[in-house]
Amino acid sequence: MTAENNRRSWMSVLAKTPAGRLLALWHELGAEPDFHWLRAPEIGATMVRGRLGGTGAPFNLGEMTLTRCALQLESGAVGHGYVQGRDKDKARVAALVDALMQTEQAEAVRAAILTPLQAEMTASKGTRAAKAAATKVDFFTMVRGED
Amino acid sequence: MYVAVKGGERAIDNAHAWLAEERRGDLDVAELSIAQIREQLSLAVNRVMAEGSLYDPDLAALAIKQSRGDMIEAIFLIRAYRTTLPRFGATAPVDTEAMACDRRISATFKDAPGGQVLGPTFDYTHRLLDFALAAEGDIPEAPQSEPRTEVTPHITEFLNQEGLIQTEVSSDDVPGDLTREPLELPSSRPLRLQALTRGDEGFVLSMAYSTQRGYGRNHAFVGELRIGKVAVEMDIPELGFAIEVGEIELTECETVNQFQGSKTEPPQFTRGYGLVFGQSERKSISMALVDRALRWQELGEDNMGAPAQDEEFVLYHSDNIQATGFLEHIKLPHYVDFQSELELIRKLRREAMENINPVQEAAE
Repeated sequence: MTAENNRRSWMSVLAKTPAGRLLALWHELGAEPDFHWLRAPEIGATMVRGRLGGTGAPFNLGEMTLTRCALQLESGAVGHGYVQGRDKDKARVAALVDALMQTEQAEAVRAAILTPLQAEMTASKGTRAAKAAATKVDFFTMVRGED
Repeated sequence: MYVAVKGGERAIDNAHAWLAEERRGDLDVAELSIAQIREQLSLAVNRVMAEGSLYDPDLAALAIKQSRGDMIEAIFLIRAYRTTLPRFGATAPVDTEAMACDRRISATFKDAPGGQVLGPTFDYTHRLLDFALAAEGDIPEAPQSEPRTEVTPHITEFLNQEGLIQTEVSSDDVPGDLTREPLELPSSRPLRLQALTRGDEGFVLSMAYSTQRGYGRNHAFVGELRIGKVAVEMDIPELGFAIEVGEIELTECETVNQFQGSKTEPPQFTRGYGLVFGQSERKSISMALVDRALRWQELGEDNMGAPAQDEEFVLYHSDNIQATGFLEHIKLPHYVDFQSELELIRKLRREAMENINPVQEAAE
């Protein structure tokens, strides 16, 4: 269960991260393991749903683009890439990272790629939240001049 | 009808070559990049994503560039592209309660937990042209405060705790999809919301405005309006669990409307709902008002004969791609049709003339 949660968490980071950052960190790591495709990168869409009133029955809101692929390393580890947008390179690297995270290189890959990506995403979210907080209205009541 | 005609290929090619040149404009002016459109015309990008019904800011920016800023043409390009994409599945319904809110306001509760957060809004600006923007310059960074880390609760939930507003009953029903099956009437609220969220902003705005002016009035308060990012989660069959496959910006509007009650139920507020891709505040409020107007039957209200209460009228006219397709087709060659009209009117005129001047003709 913990392994599954870990994988959910790193795949989610890989899906949401900007492609440029992921590819840059991947090149810095310098790993290019041999692999073969189980499913070559494919661009498609998923239907995003909402709920009536935010909490009621589901409805179809509209689609978003997605790229997916699956590959297998020489060692046998299988990696899946499911990433937002239309970027086959991003999907390939996401799948390679997913596969490597199941090997002995996991800690090195986590330190080189996942930890910085997660930190950057948290920082950028924090900055937006801080800017939003600065626009919060402080109401005050005028004191009337009668004792 | 129009019939296929041959010829004109050279004229068409040359017209398109000239279109490309005009699109580029004066070569002494720097060309726009997709990234510039995505970053600096982001509300236009949002509208194209919402009405194109495809969340992809880069594609929407490309469509705006290609269409020379004609929004409906850009939406048309996105809709056409969308049909070429294989569908990998559907997501879990987004959890808007967990939204990282850039903006969150309520017109009903001043002291709502989470507060009134204005965000990057045009509200309270003076709507005076800012000539400083005509010159290039650095923008000072926006001020920051201690960020809120807790989830911002929905305001209607406070009313719901007291039983003052209708409960939205959760379900896991699979909603109908009007991009897969033609819309049939009477439809359902999920289908109506799908049509409204991709509907033309101008049309939905006008319908909503008509309810405020009295054509199907429903006394809406903006209970809450929030804009921000939500994670999108999808089940991955080959993994056997769900992951977040992305993050999208949404605008959500919940209206609190006047009452419904019966002999067995005490009066309660009712709801209208708007949820739109991107920062799309006007559209989202409009959607909530029209959603509420279309619920008259379910809520046991009178049909006032107002356009915004007429499901067929609203749903069949809200889509600007259908509308523009049918409207603009009349400019295409109708030569054969028109030829028969010409013959008809000549015949009618001949007969009419004979009736006016029978004696003269007899004399001849």
